[in-house]
Amino acid sequence: MNDTSLVQVEHLFRYYGDLCAVRDVSFTIERGEVMGFLGPNGAGKSTTMQIISGNLAPSAGQVRIDGFDILDEPRLAKARIGYLPEQPPLYRELTVDEFLRYCARLNQIPREQCTAAMDAAKQRCGLADVGRRLIGNLSKGYQQRVGIAQAIIHSPAVVILDEPTVGLDPIQIREIRALIRDLAREHSVILSTHILPEVEAICDRVQIIHRGELVLHDSIAGLRRRMQSSALVATFHNAPPPVRFESIPGVLGAEELADGRVRIHYPHGESPAEHIVEQSVAQGWRLYDISAERVSLEEIFVDITHTDAAAPETGGPEEDAAA
Amino acid sequence: MKMVTVIAARELRTMFLSPLAWTVLAVVQAIIAFQFLVQIDFFLQVQPRLASINNAPGVTELIVSPLFDWAAIVLLLVVPMITMRLVSDELRNQTLSLLFSAPLSMTEIILGKYLGVLGFLALVLCLTALMPLALLAGGGLDFGLLAAGLLGLLLLLASFAAVGLFMSTLTAQPTIAAIATFGVLLLLWILDWAGQGTGETPSGVFGYLSILRHYEALLRGAFNSADLAYYLLFIVTFIVLSIRRLDSYRLQH
Repeated sequence: MNDTSLVQVEHLFRYYGDLCAVRDVSFTIERGEVMGFLGPNGAGKSTTMQIISGNLAPSAGQVRIDGFDILDEPRLAKARIGYLPEQPPLYRELTVDEFLRYCARLNQIPREQCTAAMDAAKQRCGLADVGRRLIGNLSKGYQQRVGIAQAIIHSPAVVILDEPTVGLDPIQIREIRALIRDLAREHSVILSTHILPEVEAICDRVQIIHRGELVLHDSIAGLRRRMQSSALVATFHNAPPPVRFESIPGVLGAEELADGRVRIHYPHGESPAEHIVEQSVAQGWRLYDISAERVSLEEIFVDITHTDAAAPETGGPEEDAAA
Repeated sequence: MKMVTVIAARELRTMFLSPLAWTVLAVVQAIIAFQFLVQIDFFLQVQPRLASINNAPGVTELIVSPLFDWAAIVLLLVVPMITMRLVSDELRNQTLSLLFSAPLSMTEIILGKYLGVLGFLALVLCLTALMPLALLAGGGLDFGLLAAGLLGLLLLLASFAAVGLFMSTLTAQPTIAAIATFGVLLLLWILDWAGQGTGETPSGVFGYLSILRHYEALLRGAFNSADLAYYLLFIVTFIVLSIRRLDSYRLQH
């Protein structure tokens, strides 16, 4: 942990009564990094983000933004943060322009620069055409964009987005993802989600939180390595019984799947693909597809968080905190 | 301080975006105008008799003071409607995080909201003051008495707004905030009735706490710094309570 990290979170705890929603969470985020924050519902994602953004006081622990403590120097710290909560904080009775101008003023942008900041934010979020419309009349996707525009209007060093793609249609999700990737060029982004492909698509690093504790902290590249497993899936037009594979050198075992597909297990790092292809040609199995099986992020996620699903979940705090 | 005016301006603007503010202005104006006309009618009836009395009450005492007395009651009913949304609407729509994430202190947020509603009430006050001023067309006014009355009404409205703001920070339901505000204000209004039935002078403490007692003194034209101190303390107390309450949303639930 060094002092140049943009966001430093150290030993964060948060209790709701007796319930511990966040337990000893520590991490850092560097400049220009996109950090994905994963976890099942009620794991403490929102609570952690609320604490980082200064919306909630931690029971213990420290959050520093660009070196400024969020509790001791809230003004300086908050000036460096843009936050989009799960429920975008929008005044439905204002137009997009009025709302963004208000946000710009709240974030202490001088009056004469407000229009420029507003136009820039609208441009980036694709809101240029809806400036004069009432926020309450916009679709959910556009409201979400207004929420993001609100978070980036003062060009903060860190943008915190809590489940920005929830409730959007697939096209809107793609647009929002593109926007986040675009944001990452100039800002650090903390993104919480429980949609796994989203993390793979956008993030540099991943953090999985479960029951208030960080259970995994890795880069996407590291995660990809974890995802490699030791199995091949081969598809044949003329599949032999699985026992026939076990005589091939380097194969530990095989199992038959539907439609002529066979899963072949081998010792880690020593793929027998070449031998299988040779055998297939020799025996006339008519192999037409062979690929390494990947463990999906989903499986890693389930594996980590599925320790004892029957125990009472730590749900509730997210709702409580939002209320 | 600049941020306070930014928030206040937004509050005021939002108020006029809904029909509520316009309705309130219209209804209050209509009722007070009716009362004004009734008072003028009364004055015209008693005017011949007044001429024969030495040191008779003037037009300001007979028209303006009862008018302001009546205006206070109308506004007691109306102010809770204006203040109920201040914070509870933000709690309900979860928009407070916009203010919490911005580089603002809780004090600035509360003062901004308070100033916003005060701006609206100042407008109500101006419209009310126009009626007595219209009498200038037909005669003179006791400006000292009028100024004391206006100051009294302003302090009273500012106190109402402070209570309303605090109640609004307590709940996410605007109607509950409105009813609670109304209850507290009415209680403070009738507080000096305690002990009156026994024939003794009203109990000192209750009499002092009564929001009405201090107002009546100002309507009579008696400017007493104790009354001013009462209102200022009252306002500051509820504003500080509101700030504490808002801050508690960030702390433990």
